[in-house]
Amino acid sequence: MIQITVNGNTRALERSLDVAALLAALQLAGKKVAVERNGEIIPKSAHGSTLVLDGDQLEIVVAVGGG
Amino acid sequence: MAEDKLVVAGKPYRSRLLVGTGKYKDFAETRAAIEASGAEIVTVAIRRTNIGQNANEPSLLEFLPTSRYTILPNTAGCYSAQDALRTLRLARELLDGHDLVKLEVLGDSHSLYPNMPETLDAAKQLVKEGFKVMVYCSDDPIQAKMLEDLGCVAVMPLASLIGSGMGILNPWNLQLVIDRVKVPVLVDAGVGTASDAAIAMELGCDGVLMNTAIAAAKDPVRMARAMHQAVEAGRDAFLAGRMPKKLYSATPSSPTEGAIAPSQPKAA
Repeated sequence: MIQITVNGNTRALERSLDVAALLAALQLAGKKVAVERNGEIIPKSAHGSTLVLDGDQLEIVVAVGGG
Repeated sequence: MAEDKLVVAGKPYRSRLLVGTGKYKDFAETRAAIEASGAEIVTVAIRRTNIGQNANEPSLLEFLPTSRYTILPNTAGCYSAQDALRTLRLARELLDGHDLVKLEVLGDSHSLYPNMPETLDAAKQLVKEGFKVMVYCSDDPIQAKMLEDLGCVAVMPLASLIGSGMGILNPWNLQLVIDRVKVPVLVDAGVGTASDAAIAMELGCDGVLMNTAIAAAKDPVRMARAMHQAVEAGRDAFLAGRMPKKLYSATPSSPTEGAIAPSQPKAA
């Protein structure tokens, strides 16, 4: 079991996943989102090759209405 | 008449009205208002996605095709240069490398006034990272010039507080900024109604960015159309060159010669 924080909420994962698999597990596959892991951008091209590790802090964002 | 375009970071735009996407009832209303506004540059905020809720909910960007609109991600809600930088790096990733951004670093939640030292810091770093920065700033001509010198592609002073609808409170300062910097100057914040937008343009601003004035009107789509017309009218009036003001003398508009004979006063 590993523990990560996604958008401020802690989550337990059975095992380490790559970012693409994590997005799929969060029902965000195919959505227009951007991911930051421990303060660094994870580009889309690296979603399949970047593992989420115990203690990681993730931010997953979208565009919303604003001025 | 020659084509008059707003050029930001080398790209020409027909519309000098830029609009936000916040505070609308739904995406359909957002889209209808933006369409009526004629805006080509549309600003959006970057926020954490809802996880586990409404997985099939449509997203804002589905309503704003990038083929038609230039999406301008902003840093609304950021109170430090660092948060603004992280937000815009995320935005660039989100928008597939799109680098035209709106920087705003706020001073406090009460006034939403810009924190200029943090804004200057963030602008410097963003330019270094290749972003094209349109920047919300105070109406201080010295700091506006500093932002231009750092490489910002447009400076966007507030005309009054964000969301206040108080209009153009210091036209003299705006004029100073316009005279001082060469990059486009856009009023960002404070416009309440169509005449405010027209006044900004008559002063010589290159454009106006607004959100609440349209979204919080009783009929946002109609107000968007009014703003569209006001920005165009104000721009035309500026380019036409207004007549000088004559404070102490009236000048008739009709010929003074050839009027019919004055009537005789009636006998008492």
